[in-house]
Amino acid sequence: MSVHTPHPDLPPPANIVGVVGWSRANLFSSPLHTLLSLFALYLVYLIVPPIINWVFIDSTWVGDTREACATTTGACWVFVKVRFNQFMYGFFPQAEYWRINLAFLLLIALAIPLFIKSFQHKGKLAAFILIFYPIITFQLFSGGHFGLSHVETSKWGGLSLTLILAGVGIVASLPLGIVLALGRRSNMPIVKSVCVVFIEFWRGVPLITVLFMSSVMLPLFLPEGTNFDKLLRAMIGIALFQSAYMAEVVRGGLAAIPKGQYEAAEALGLSFWKSMGLIILPQALKLVIPGIVNTFIALFKDTTLVLIIGLFDLLAIIQQAFADPDWLGFSIEGYVFAASIFWIFCFSMSRYSMALEKKLHTGHTR
Amino acid sequence: MADEQRNIAEPAKAALWRRPAVRSMFFQILLVAGIGYFGYTIFQNTLSNLEQRGISTGFGFLDQEAGFGILMTLIPFDETHTYGRTFLVGLLNTLLVAGLGIFFATIIGFLMGVARLSRNWIISKLATIYIETFRNIPLLLQILFWYFAVLRPLPGPRQSIILNDTFFLSNRGLYMPSPIYEQGFWLVMLALGIAIIASILIARWARKRQEDTGQQFHSGIAAIGLIVGLPAVAFLIMGMPLSWDFPVLQRFNMAGGMVIIPELAALLVALSIYTGAFIAEAVRSGILAVSHGQTEAAHALGLRPGPTLRLVIIPQALRVIIPQLTSQYLNLTKNSSLATAIGYPDLVAVFAGTTLNQTGQAVEVIAMTMAVYLAISLSISMFMNWYNKRIQLVER
Amino acid sequence: MSETDNASTQSQATGEVTIELRGVHKWYGQFHVLKDINLQVTRGERIVICGPSGSGKSTMIRCINRLEEHQQGQIIVDGTELTDDVKHIDQVRKEVGMVFQHFNLFPHLTVLENCCLAPIWVRKMPRREAEAAAMRYLEKVKIPEQAKKYPGQLSGGQQQRVAIARSLCMNPNVMLFDEPTSALDPEMIKEVLDTMIELAESGMTMLCVTHEMGFAKTVADRVIFMDGGEIIEENEPNEFFNNPQSDRTQLFLSQILQH
Repeated sequence: MSVHTPHPDLPPPANIVGVVGWSRANLFSSPLHTLLSLFALYLVYLIVPPIINWVFIDSTWVGDTREACATTTGACWVFVKVRFNQFMYGFFPQAEYWRINLAFLLLIALAIPLFIKSFQHKGKLAAFILIFYPIITFQLFSGGHFGLSHVETSKWGGLSLTLILAGVGIVASLPLGIVLALGRRSNMPIVKSVCVVFIEFWRGVPLITVLFMSSVMLPLFLPEGTNFDKLLRAMIGIALFQSAYMAEVVRGGLAAIPKGQYEAAEALGLSFWKSMGLIILPQALKLVIPGIVNTFIALFKDTTLVLIIGLFDLLAIIQQAFADPDWLGFSIEGYVFAASIFWIFCFSMSRYSMALEKKLHTGHTR
Repeated sequence: MADEQRNIAEPAKAALWRRPAVRSMFFQILLVAGIGYFGYTIFQNTLSNLEQRGISTGFGFLDQEAGFGILMTLIPFDETHTYGRTFLVGLLNTLLVAGLGIFFATIIGFLMGVARLSRNWIISKLATIYIETFRNIPLLLQILFWYFAVLRPLPGPRQSIILNDTFFLSNRGLYMPSPIYEQGFWLVMLALGIAIIASILIARWARKRQEDTGQQFHSGIAAIGLIVGLPAVAFLIMGMPLSWDFPVLQRFNMAGGMVIIPELAALLVALSIYTGAFIAEAVRSGILAVSHGQTEAAHALGLRPGPTLRLVIIPQALRVIIPQLTSQYLNLTKNSSLATAIGYPDLVAVFAGTTLNQTGQAVEVIAMTMAVYLAISLSISMFMNWYNKRIQLVER
Repeated sequence: MSETDNASTQSQATGEVTIELRGVHKWYGQFHVLKDINLQVTRGERIVICGPSGSGKSTMIRCINRLEEHQQGQIIVDGTELTDDVKHIDQVRKEVGMVFQHFNLFPHLTVLENCCLAPIWVRKMPRREAEAAAMRYLEKVKIPEQAKKYPGQLSGGQQQRVAIARSLCMNPNVMLFDEPTSALDPEMIKEVLDTMIELAESGMTMLCVTHEMGFAKTVADRVIFMDGGEIIEENEPNEFFNNPQSDRTQLFLSQILQH
């Protein structure tokens, strides 16, 4: 019997590791790749330095008037700075900004426990956020009670309106979407076909026609004399539109629950609604959180469409700021600012949903 | 006691309202009644509202004279044409921008999707940056950016950016030469037709020859040669029966040639770039869905990278890509309705915009507009169902 | 190197070297996976390679048809040295068949199309001929009746037999098996092993990475034990199992033979 002594590990040859090895493998692995890499590097050289110059180096950050930017060749961030409050709060009275801030701080405070692993009552808290938080927020925004002055919805605007529209869209579409999804899986032929028609109709038309419909046709549908708010009409349109997409997401979750769960619920003697509410939906909804986040991202981007029917969301309020004769010609700054805000929200949400998806996939094997 | 004995003979009848079948019937009847009542109320309300506002109903307005002009039309149109024709003009403009958008978005998407998977680090990072940037910015913002921040501030026609005296880019749009077909051009088209038919025949012959002798024939290369070559020969023989109408700068504006108006250009650029990012993701996920083992098996069998891609990877990747691709095409078509924000005369801008405002017949106009989009969506989803059934991998 | 005839199957090893590895090293980044591998395989020889997971045995046979690149040393197959040269790689891959742990059949093609793909596109064989040959091999692995089905419709054992037939259709001189039975249910392992034994009896040169020690005992001319990226011991099966030379081999054998 011989005792085996392992061969010592040798360092790899110099040409396969380190900067040289890395660039050989990742940039210059063949003549074609070398050419492509050089071309791409040239492209980066052409694009990146001018952008950095425009955004940071040659740009103007200080000042309060247009004159501050008179000599700059880069971006004039003074424009954004001066208008910043309007971009965030719309035409909300300045003295009442704290109400909006309070609403969003409240949301953040309420949402934090949802991300804490050891917190036990996530479901209850989520239900509270979905049901009661919107009521509180509405009271804060609209006022008229508890000594708060009334602020008309026409004064709502900017990023806060964008967030409200997206939030309402999700919160209102969730219950409707669940009902539609259950209906689409129902055995009752009439219920099923009503749900299919409803879902396919809203998914088949562009949101802009839905918004036109809600702003032009909704008043015609209602009894004479009833007239309600433009914002509310837009919200109804968005919620109906969104519920169809939500229904499809929830349906995916319901389909992913193993048949055994349905059978077990039935075997326990639970009624349809009890088995759905206690067994199936809690599991299905957990499974579709990434899908819900993804539809939320789409909805968040789609809220910009309300600009076409004359509401002042973030994009619209920036768009109308260009029309200010004092600040003509700063549209690029405005668009870049709006784009970065939307991008930060959408990108972080999409990363969150990807991470969640990964977690669910590893945790939930069937 | 007697009751119990009867139970053994036949199952007990539950009370009527406890039987599932009865319950579901009752529930469904209730639903139908509810929807019926809801519809009836809306119908009545609408009628009385319209009457009160003095708006007529029905589709008679389609035959009335429109009395407004449209910025860009593919078919002849002026103020004297009817509202019905505005519908057609808008529809054609929608189809034009959707068709062009699908074409460009597909090219961008496939290039970027493949680039993101490239072994070349910088190429793949650039593609990632492109995808993650444009996917996460609202499309409407991008459309407005291209229109108001890029194309509209361009100099006027007199200070056009001129490329080679043929292309003129100004705030009036991109002017370029338009072709004039002279006598004899039909022969070139004929040659093209013959070339296409011949290519199909050659492909068949090549397949048959392969089956018999094993020899391979690059029918693809031959087809390209034929489709380019044959019309070219015909073109030369007929004495080049094609000339170009060059745009010319006149005192205030351009004349001649053809033009892509800035509204169309902005919409097209934004739609292609935005949808291209989503298509790139679809392409990437499709290629990633084919396991690495497939490539290895093909290589182990001696297949070169080209045939491996063509025979093994692409056919499998397409099963994942095509459903996502069609849904992106559908999204692009629906998103083209954002044209209305910058005044490109698509179906929504012209018909659900100007025509609706002038006639006030919201119900009919919106219904017709929605019907168009619904028809497109439904026919595409029918195609998708058929396709998915056809390509589904056979499994146990 | 000892070449003893095995009791149950007649070795047809001729002494002519088909595969030669000389001082082969390979790294994944900083990780040294193959350390100074030297191996000669003669025509008709059957070799079983075993060792704990991560020992580099799969990597070694995957270097033989260049699914993996080695960074130092020489690999020569049938007189062709594997280098960057695409022609050489093509040449070697034509002559070397490979069977994978997860079968890697093409799911979008029928069993028959799976078998004909490479003969048609690599060997430039007429389709009719390729199909006829494929049917012969499918009969050999005893599933001609499945020719028109898709891989997804077959059991794991059947799929692996199709994969063997698919490799054989290229008429290879050497067959590499990369844990061909590891992904199979126990009742299907036997049908695949039987096919492999039959193939061994027909005189095919085979390199098998496998944990099937029974297979090694009946079929192999030589058993190679690898650990930590190096060949620790090689011997004819009787000696290898009854009288292991190294302490590592002994430990490994005691671990797997317990079960």
